[in-house]
Amino acid sequence: MASGTSIPIGVMTAGRTGVQRGSMRRFAQRRSTIAFLLCLPLILLIATFVVYPAIYAIYLSMLNKKMTTFVGLGNFAFLLRRHTFQLVIFQSCLFAITSVVLKAIIGFILAHLMHNIPGKNQRIWRGLLLVPWVIPLALSTLTWWWMFDPSYSAFNWVLNRFGIASVPWLGVGWIARFCTITVNVWYGTPFFMIMYLAALKSVPDQLYEAAAIDGANAVQKLFFVTLPMMRNIIAITVLFSLIVTFADFDIVRILTAGGPQDMTHVFATYAFQVGIQSGDIPLGAADSLFMFPILAFAAFFVLRGVTQRTKEIAA
Amino acid sequence: MSTSVATAGRRAPTTAHKHSLHRSRMWALWGSYIALGVFVIMFLIPPFYTLMTSLKSSAEISAQTGSPWIVHHPTLANFWYLITYPNFQRYYLNSIIVTVLTVAVSMVISVLAAFSLSRMGFWGSQTLSTGVFLTYLVPSSLLFIPLFQIVGWLGLINNFWCLVLLYPTLAVPFCTWIMIGYFSSIPKELDEAALIDGAGYLQILWKIFIPVAMPGIIAATIFAFTVAWGQFLYPLAYLYTSNQMVLTVGIISDLIRGDVFQWGKIMAACLLASLPPILIYAFLMDYYVAGLTAGATKG
Amino acid sequence: MAEVSCRKVIKEYDGGVQAVKGIDLDIADHEFVVLVGPSGCGKSTTLRMIAGLEEITSGEIWIAGDVVNDVPPRDRDIAMVFQNYALYPHMSVFDNMAFGLKLRKFPRDEIKRRVDEAARILDLVPLLERKPRALSGGQRQRVAMGRAIVRNPKVFLFDEPLSNLDAKLRVQMRTEIKKVHQTVRTTTIYVTHDQIEAMTLADRVVVMNGGHIEQVGTPQELYHHPATRFVAGFIGSPAMNFLPCRVQDAANGNLAVKVTDSIVLPVPPARADRYAKYKDKSMILGLRPEHLFEYHEQGKPGWTRVDLPVDVVEPMGMETMVHFFVDGVPVCARVDPATHAEPNEMLPLTADLNQMHLMHPETGQVV
Repeated sequence: MASGTSIPIGVMTAGRTGVQRGSMRRFAQRRSTIAFLLCLPLILLIATFVVYPAIYAIYLSMLNKKMTTFVGLGNFAFLLRRHTFQLVIFQSCLFAITSVVLKAIIGFILAHLMHNIPGKNQRIWRGLLLVPWVIPLALSTLTWWWMFDPSYSAFNWVLNRFGIASVPWLGVGWIARFCTITVNVWYGTPFFMIMYLAALKSVPDQLYEAAAIDGANAVQKLFFVTLPMMRNIIAITVLFSLIVTFADFDIVRILTAGGPQDMTHVFATYAFQVGIQSGDIPLGAADSLFMFPILAFAAFFVLRGVTQRTKEIAA
Repeated sequence: MSTSVATAGRRAPTTAHKHSLHRSRMWALWGSYIALGVFVIMFLIPPFYTLMTSLKSSAEISAQTGSPWIVHHPTLANFWYLITYPNFQRYYLNSIIVTVLTVAVSMVISVLAAFSLSRMGFWGSQTLSTGVFLTYLVPSSLLFIPLFQIVGWLGLINNFWCLVLLYPTLAVPFCTWIMIGYFSSIPKELDEAALIDGAGYLQILWKIFIPVAMPGIIAATIFAFTVAWGQFLYPLAYLYTSNQMVLTVGIISDLIRGDVFQWGKIMAACLLASLPPILIYAFLMDYYVAGLTAGATKG
Repeated sequence: MAEVSCRKVIKEYDGGVQAVKGIDLDIADHEFVVLVGPSGCGKSTTLRMIAGLEEITSGEIWIAGDVVNDVPPRDRDIAMVFQNYALYPHMSVFDNMAFGLKLRKFPRDEIKRRVDEAARILDLVPLLERKPRALSGGQRQRVAMGRAIVRNPKVFLFDEPLSNLDAKLRVQMRTEIKKVHQTVRTTTIYVTHDQIEAMTLADRVVVMNGGHIEQVGTPQELYHHPATRFVAGFIGSPAMNFLPCRVQDAANGNLAVKVTDSIVLPVPPARADRYAKYKDKSMILGLRPEHLFEYHEQGKPGWTRVDLPVDVVEPMGMETMVHFFVDGVPVCARVDPATHAEPNEMLPLTADLNQMHLMHPETGQVV
């Protein structure tokens, strides 16, 4: 019963057992049919409420206000020429980039501080630091609005106590921009902290010990061990946050509703004002669509980097 | 920190070395505590101020005497007003209905899909997994205008049932993604053992996968809950009468009438509306955190 | 209880890679058969095809007189024990064992009776209410076996069940598995990469390599009469020595094998006829380390003195392994610990040529 069988017999039986193969295929087919059926609700949901609206948005954005005639790229050209929309683009980018950078830095510092303290105490500190993330954003922004109130501002009361004049928090363009960013950083930093903390914990202690024996100091450990090991999580966290921040609606809508002089409008709030409040649905759709290439661009590069690094580690 | 350790070690015997190591660690520890304390205070200022304001009467707020950070004559009048206010009760009830249904629908869809995608597979299932992840990256503010038209065709403008239809699109992709991660971590032999024991695919899902992946299910449920409870844009865009509104928009549209801001009541309403997420967070913090980090650690 | 047969079973994965290249195997009722081979030899794939966890590309598998190619695993009436035990972590030991019976709608008291009996056989009675995570490795292994026993299936399948246990426990569980088989007498197919496990457990061992069967036989047959160079090298520890050699006429008219110019070994007369036709051909000489031992003044027929330069000495306690190089080829001998061997010195040895094997260098067949 030695070797020697293999190929010739295999070829022979392949022809002879055609019927058998068919029934096996049916067997496999039944399995993938069930698999497909289990995914069907998901597919229908995404197709109806994500894919279809996305395609429909493109069509909508090419109609005139009454949605009677096709205007091609007219809405996009109109928007780009409009000063308000140029402000929207600028503010969206400023808001997203500044907020994400601040959140990333503060989150990183917090994660390191948390990592320094003993594990059994981490729970309570983590619990307290996560509170801004847990309160629904629309509700906590209301509190911020109240704290920035022109006549009752609690911040101004503190400033006045120190002899500093009241600040018109939401009344002056650049200050209002600063306020929207502050609220976003307050809300989003805990998310970064939690992600980084998870990443820090996943770096094996032996790497630090090996680095210490190789003579690395604290800064070198940070740059040559911690950061490289965390690169993927940093990239993904930044991507998630960049998208959410870029597309933010709640903060700007509640805090300033785009004012003063449209200086704090971002894509989402402007689309809401144009599309829903003023009833120019095609223009609103065109406005929203401007977000898509920017988000897709960011997602593409971040995810490509992540998959490449994952492959490197695997290889 | 490490430089001082190095010099101490070079200079003298082990006792000194140990001592300085210990001391620099203590410094680092206390420094961390102090810095964390500062951050905690900064982070908790808004919730603290919410609480203070909610305990003030309108008279005390408008009087502007003394520090606004402290309540001088605490009163529960604002809370009592809201609890007995039919509109507020309506918002609360609507929020609960919408959230419970969204969570149920989202979890059924994502658990079924995640089981199929992580274990069974079919032609194109790889593409679908990637598609699910990309859908998660689509923010709600990207498509709310075409969805406004679609909701209109369905006759659901100003009807909170449109939220039950739309919220799952925000929750399902991430929940599916979390569940794929949890299901994939279950060893393959477990379903093979169940298969030999005589279980069908749905029995494997129901009797093995769901109980074993319970932490993941809880984490995904919490995520779906927070999404549905806190969403602001959709209800603001699609609902306009108070009998249909949910908490996030109801508070703003009802308690702000023109230029009259009833801040005490608004803050009390914010507190009451934040209560469910905060309670869930307080009792299930570990699952909450696991759900937050699951997305990235997998990717 | 039942016999199992494989008829020209082939497993081909997508992309044309053949994991199993046409296997013919008959396993009798009550038999304990072990599939053994290096990793990637197709033994696990074969077992999983018998279980119904892998589709069969072509060929037939019979269990108890029926072709089961298209029968799903649950209807094949088999039970399987996995390498990582695959216990359901959320169920107690009792529920783990009862799960298969519950799914098959057995009455409650029958389930209890069977689980209790299996628990008694496996010493699990005090652990029935525990969850798997509260059990040690050996206990988990026993629960996995219990889950197989309660079903009273036609065939037991074991997929490397002891690989996750430490060495001491492995020996203990090996005995336990053997005992269970002697009690329940169910046809058993057992996959392992450990040849000692294979030899100690099996009624018959199936040695697999590269997707086909090298040899099927009792442990003794495999040890004394390996069919191929692969089997000869795989069975036995330390492995058999292989030396390129040439068959030639000896001075006294008998045959001899020449390994080097200085090492020419006379073939025992009993084997001369068998090897005669390979005269003047290059062959491979196979001799186990245990058949190369310290030199004795009074030899027996077939014993020959060989002197080799010592490379490394490994004392093991009850014996000592001595390693040499012969023309660059490593050779190992198993000598009495009393023997004095020093590196770089010549050591006189006895080669027991009654136990020699001669192999064809290209085909690897033992002649």
